[in-house]
Amino acid sequence: MNRLISISTYILALLWALPFLGIVYMAFKDASEQGYSLTFRNFIDAWNAAPFGQYYLNTIIIVIAILCVQLITITLAAYAFARMNFVAKGFTFMLILIQIMIPSDVLIFPNSNTIAQLGIYDTKLAITIPYFISAFGIFLLRQTFKGIPYELEEAAKMEGCNRLQIIRNVYIPLAKPTYLAFGLISVSTQWSNFLWPLIITDSDENRPLTVGLSMFAKASDSGAQWGIVCAGTLFIIFPLLLAFLLFQKQFVSSFMQSGIK
Amino acid sequence: MKRISILLSVIVLMFGILAGCSSSASERSGDADSNSETIDLTWYYPVNVGGAITEVIDQYAKDFNHAGIKVNGKKVSVTPVYSGNYDETMTKVQTAIKNGKSPDLSVQLSVDLFQIKNSIIPLDDFIKNDSEAQEMVDDFFPGFMKNAQTDGKTWSIPFQRSTVILYYNKDMFKEAGLDPEAPPTTWEEVIEYGKKLTKKGQWGIELPATVSGYWIYQALYLQNSESNMMSDDGKEVYLNTDEAKEALQYWVDLNNKHKIMPEGVLDWSTVPTDFIEGKTAMMLSTTGNLTNVKNNANFDFGVAFLPGNKRVATPTGGGNFYIFKDTSEERQQAAFEFIKWITEPTRAAEWSMNTGYIATRQSSYETEALKEYVGAFPQAKVAMEQIEFANKEISVYEQGKIQKIIHDALQAAINGADVNETLDKAQAEAEATLKAYQ
Amino acid sequence: MRRSNIVKENLTAWVFLLPSLIFLVMFTLYPILSTFISSFYKSDLSTIEPIFIGFDNYTIMMKDEVFRKAFINNVWFTIGTVPTSVCLGLLLAILVNRTFVGKALSRVFFFYPVVIPMVAVSFIWLFFYTPDYGMINSILKLIGFEELNLLGNSDTALLSIIMMVIWKEAGFFMIFYLAALQNIPKDLIEAARMDGASKWRQFRSVIFPLLMPTTLFSTIIATTNAFKTVDQLVVMTQGGPNNASNLLLYYIYENTFRFMDYGRAATVTVIVLMIMVSIAAIQFFTTDKKIHYS
Repeated sequence: MNRLISISTYILALLWALPFLGIVYMAFKDASEQGYSLTFRNFIDAWNAAPFGQYYLNTIIIVIAILCVQLITITLAAYAFARMNFVAKGFTFMLILIQIMIPSDVLIFPNSNTIAQLGIYDTKLAITIPYFISAFGIFLLRQTFKGIPYELEEAAKMEGCNRLQIIRNVYIPLAKPTYLAFGLISVSTQWSNFLWPLIITDSDENRPLTVGLSMFAKASDSGAQWGIVCAGTLFIIFPLLLAFLLFQKQFVSSFMQSGIK
Repeated sequence: MKRISILLSVIVLMFGILAGCSSSASERSGDADSNSETIDLTWYYPVNVGGAITEVIDQYAKDFNHAGIKVNGKKVSVTPVYSGNYDETMTKVQTAIKNGKSPDLSVQLSVDLFQIKNSIIPLDDFIKNDSEAQEMVDDFFPGFMKNAQTDGKTWSIPFQRSTVILYYNKDMFKEAGLDPEAPPTTWEEVIEYGKKLTKKGQWGIELPATVSGYWIYQALYLQNSESNMMSDDGKEVYLNTDEAKEALQYWVDLNNKHKIMPEGVLDWSTVPTDFIEGKTAMMLSTTGNLTNVKNNANFDFGVAFLPGNKRVATPTGGGNFYIFKDTSEERQQAAFEFIKWITEPTRAAEWSMNTGYIATRQSSYETEALKEYVGAFPQAKVAMEQIEFANKEISVYEQGKIQKIIHDALQAAINGADVNETLDKAQAEAEATLKAYQ
Repeated sequence: MRRSNIVKENLTAWVFLLPSLIFLVMFTLYPILSTFISSFYKSDLSTIEPIFIGFDNYTIMMKDEVFRKAFINNVWFTIGTVPTSVCLGLLLAILVNRTFVGKALSRVFFFYPVVIPMVAVSFIWLFFYTPDYGMINSILKLIGFEELNLLGNSDTALLSIIMMVIWKEAGFFMIFYLAALQNIPKDLIEAARMDGASKWRQFRSVIFPLLMPTTLFSTIIATTNAFKTVDQLVVMTQGGPNNASNLLLYYIYENTFRFMDYGRAATVTVIVLMIMVSIAAIQFFTTDKKIHYS
């Protein structure tokens, strides 16, 4: 029985790997030869066909910028909800919940109007700004903060720390796994963001990889020269796969520790 | 943790260096006002055909920027911005205008006129005051000016113009016992030849039903009727006439009845690739794909007028230059100068040779380069000769919605819906959409 | 003294909240409100200024066949992806939780689709599905079957997208279930086993109830994703053929950016907002009772 289950697992795993293997196969295939012969030509052609370097830089800037701002906003807000009492606390928490229920993707129409009103069309700021708040992050972090023994904060207060210092010295260090989990989710979500950057940018200087890939794939020979498109696709997913392979353990363990119940 | 941070920093550094080494992204003019030395125009352009088109356009931009053309003493340069296919370019243009960052000029479908009329300027003043410009306009093939004019004014200048043409694989014709110099000329012959050409792993013909599929359908419509699909003023469409239904039935039967076309909706970009790969013996596509096919097909191929039914006919197609209204007069003048430059007969000829689009100026066909090219590659002349039978491409208000209505009907019928019902429904939807403009 | 402390605490709390609230208002709350208002105006290419028309936008839209199709498609899409990907995630977690050769590698294979951007996945599967030289059809031809035009057929287009999404999402839920499985106290399972419960009984009575929070969480995410689906449609089918794969967010995108019909876009957005709120509410209230918090 055990053998059977293991074999089924192997078959499933292989099925899951198939699409990726197909892409790798095509990316290395020499399209001008009959049969299969290995070549790096597709990668070179793909790299030259579109400014992938620029797209990489844009994506990295965007992702890091969003994460940095998010870390600040969620830490402050999570602390306020976890440890402070204030007017309209329940009401504001409900407002935060609304963002979990209604993701910004659905709001492309009104948000594009807001960007127009702000006059920041076609800037990296426009891509990043709706994501500076993360209700999900606040939720997660609040849960974690609540789990930290209050005595630690009291002890810090005794030593004369103000609130910000307490957050920095007590809460942030103890919530590292949660921050890591959140960071990984934020980065991979933002790296993959497509529709919003598509409609809110125009120029190569601001396009992230996802938009760059789709424009590149559409512009290539008849839109269907698969070798080059596959090579381009590999450019996009390669760093993510690499990061995933390196951070696998952290990813899984941080989820377990952060106690997403 | 430390090792990982080091690794991360190295990776980020690597990308930073890569970004620096990559070819510098084209510079964009910051805002609409030109600085005191130069006018840098922003030009949105689409690519709807195969081939390394963006490279060709970038080269033109380079050449123009070196040409040193001046307006009001300021040097004019242009930055081309590739914005997808025609649909996507329309989206980009509209979004940019809405956001106050209107481009200076764009190339969009000649039939996009009604959709963007509120944002563009008529060009008659520029043409009137400039003898060169007048010469240019007179030199365009009259068929190409048809979609550019309305309300007694000229709104756009032809750039990449086309007709639908029939591509066919001469080697496969020979194999099937057909004369490779005698492609089908009627709908019946298409069916007849198609049957001989269809075998395992090979189809007789392919027609695309996405992206510009409505255009291919219009060709069939025109071949089966004496009148066009829409009214001249862009306010009415005629989608459910008997002739329209027959044309759609013919398309659908190519697979359902005669089995000479693959099943299901065929994609605009996949069809030329199928032809090049030898999956289909014939295809209907834009002449803009000619150079792409020439460069990539490793077999002998021919092109021909579209096989007709009641008559030989084709819609014109392709894109024109538009100049936008939300920019200064000086920039509009500069844009016009660029348009004059790029549509010069030799350049129009070059553009035609690079793509397969018809050279828009009649005098282009008198230039040495094009004469020689056409001599060695007579396929290049077919589309141009077909202009005689060309009609206005469908151009109406709410073009986006109407195009979708036609595509939906086309795709529904291909997937088995009843042709009569489908077109009746499409007509009703179209009328509802256009009601506001009556 | 105490009052000034309370005031101080209130002020500090609000200062802490302010950054988040500013962006929340700008990009979630204000848009919701403005869309709601916009939905009462006719605003498209034929109007110079938006015209107030009350609920007409809604009645007209309800009659629009394309909207109806997109709506129904979205319902089918949700039914097709949510239970399947969540259950599959659970199944994969159980499989991967065992000790066997290749455990770590299998986990990688199941999870890697999650880290790939949907856009890239779309191109991968577009290649997969392409007639003739696409991977599926190459294999079909190899074993002598007729080729399939999966994306060009109204009957199979939506299903093809569903398959792709399940492939991508199952691994995500697998990780959550894996974490939850490993957090189940071993003694509970021991106790059940010693009581003579079969493997299935153990699962049904002990394990599954303890996994409820993860199930709730995963279902909400999967459902939300079902209504956020759009990237694939832009790349692969543009909602076709004949709206067979049109979904609500794509419909909003088309009306906003292709047709410039802002009245329609606002109206559909409101509908989608209502759907998302209802889903969240329903799920919270029905499963609230069943959750075991240790």
